[in-house]
Amino acid sequence: MARPSLSSAGLSASPLDDDHLHSSAVTTITPIPQPVSPATGRRRSLWGVARRAFNASAAIVVLAAVWEILPRVQVVDPTFLPPLSDVLAAWYDLLRGGELVEHVQASLVRSLAGFGLAILTATPLGLLIGWYRPVAEFLNPVLELFRNTAALALLPVFVLILGLGETSKISIILYACAWPILLNTIAGVKGVDPLLIKSARSLGLGPFRLFQKVILPAAVPTIFTGIRLAGAYSILVLVAAEMVGAKAGLGYLINYAQYNFRVPDMYAGIITISVLGLLFNLLLVRLERRFSTWRTT
Amino acid sequence: MKIEFVSVTKEFAVRGSDRPFTAVSDISLDVAEGEFLTLVGPSGCGKSTLLDLLTGLTLPTRGEIRINGVPVSGPGLDRGIVFQQYALFPWRTAVANVEFGLEAKGVPRRERRERARGYLDLVGLRGFDERYPHELSGGMRQRVAIARSLAYDPDILLMDEPFAALDAQTRESLQEELLRIWNKTGKTIVFITHGIDEAVYLGQRVAVMTPSPGRIRAVVPVSFASREGDLRADPVFGEYRHAIWTLLREEVTSVGQTLTQLGRPLGLPA
Repeated sequence: MARPSLSSAGLSASPLDDDHLHSSAVTTITPIPQPVSPATGRRRSLWGVARRAFNASAAIVVLAAVWEILPRVQVVDPTFLPPLSDVLAAWYDLLRGGELVEHVQASLVRSLAGFGLAILTATPLGLLIGWYRPVAEFLNPVLELFRNTAALALLPVFVLILGLGETSKISIILYACAWPILLNTIAGVKGVDPLLIKSARSLGLGPFRLFQKVILPAAVPTIFTGIRLAGAYSILVLVAAEMVGAKAGLGYLINYAQYNFRVPDMYAGIITISVLGLLFNLLLVRLERRFSTWRTT
Repeated sequence: MKIEFVSVTKEFAVRGSDRPFTAVSDISLDVAEGEFLTLVGPSGCGKSTLLDLLTGLTLPTRGEIRINGVPVSGPGLDRGIVFQQYALFPWRTAVANVEFGLEAKGVPRRERRERARGYLDLVGLRGFDERYPHELSGGMRQRVAIARSLAYDPDILLMDEPFAALDAQTRESLQEELLRIWNKTGKTIVFITHGIDEAVYLGQRVAVMTPSPGRIRAVVPVSFASREGDLRADPVFGEYRHAIWTLLREEVTSVGQTLTQLGRPLGLPA
């Protein structure tokens, strides 16, 4: 079982990335908060924030500097990679013109709809499959087959059946997001410590109460890991889906800008999607931590 | 609550063999109400099978277990179990863990919390209510587990090597504590262990079990003129210890002989 750290939450991976598709269950480790006295605590935390901010941003600053300097000194062709400042200026123009907001909105609606529907369908399904062993054994070969098929390979099929409209776009996101949630939920339910089940059964708990009081709470952190991975997928697949037959959205913006040789706009779109994915992931990591404070070691 | 084992046999089907494996064979044993009985034996002698049968999680192949004359047909809240690996729910705080059995029993919420606090107090964990299991030491976790089993007020407490995973000092202090709790609550306790010292120290009677198939070889009544001071250094304690050691060893040697005859290496339990 793979154990990526919290920060490597799958954003850097493409949906075709084998490693991430196979990490069906991921453990997170949360440190126990250490109490510090208020006075020294504040000073130390300020210092700590500053240091952490430096550590976190140093690499980004270097990257930005390289991006700015290389095109300016003509090491790379500025026609294809304009300096960062030009890209940021283009981004600002897109924002002021209202175009960017429109694209972000279109993208977010698709992403969140697919992601939300995936949570609503895959979680109960996973609970069911995990709980009824015969169902799991029956479905396992099919699940193995599908989870090793890249979601984007099926995009043409979705377009063929559901057309070029919103339905096919939301469906492909729903499909891509459903897998990590489904597989993690199954793993979560199956992975409950048998001793806890024995202990609860020895108290005379029936199957329903056992599920409600033991299986479900024990599986929550693993389910949430799946939800976090799905969050990353929802952004990754979105862009590809929007490159086919869309009239708005960040994927469309990137593609359209490239066709029309608006290169700075293209990079502005890419930066926007990165930041969006990053923020979404941060939010989900926070939520995940909240739901699994008890899970350590 | 009186427990009776009436010639209880438990067999398990073995994969790839038509002959079943006999875990425990023809066990007959009575435990009186309020008695503290310890069951001692090497690992694999069927102690835990016996406990599972008493819990009602499995049913005997032959024979019957009766509690107050009524045959055991399934798990129930009249028996509380303490496991070696604590089996605490890691997402629940100490007090919420203790409340678990009370929820199963249908005790109203407010009373639940109060009773759970009371039992945490009893096991010496006042002020640790809101700690999660991972924030507690092994000994404290086992105290929580004991409190959880006591909280819903079962008549019988079944303990499956509860102190085996603890260090020697913690184990001794918990043994003392358990005797105090037993005196205070008057529960019937069946305590499984592989430690002869622990069996002699805790039990009013020690049932000695031997393996393949699991049988009760002897039941040794234990009593001391006084339990004051260092009981384990008492010569009488040593005599009991030696008697039980001999009972266990004789069996091992005879098993060992058959094993050497079969050409297999002889494995003596620690």
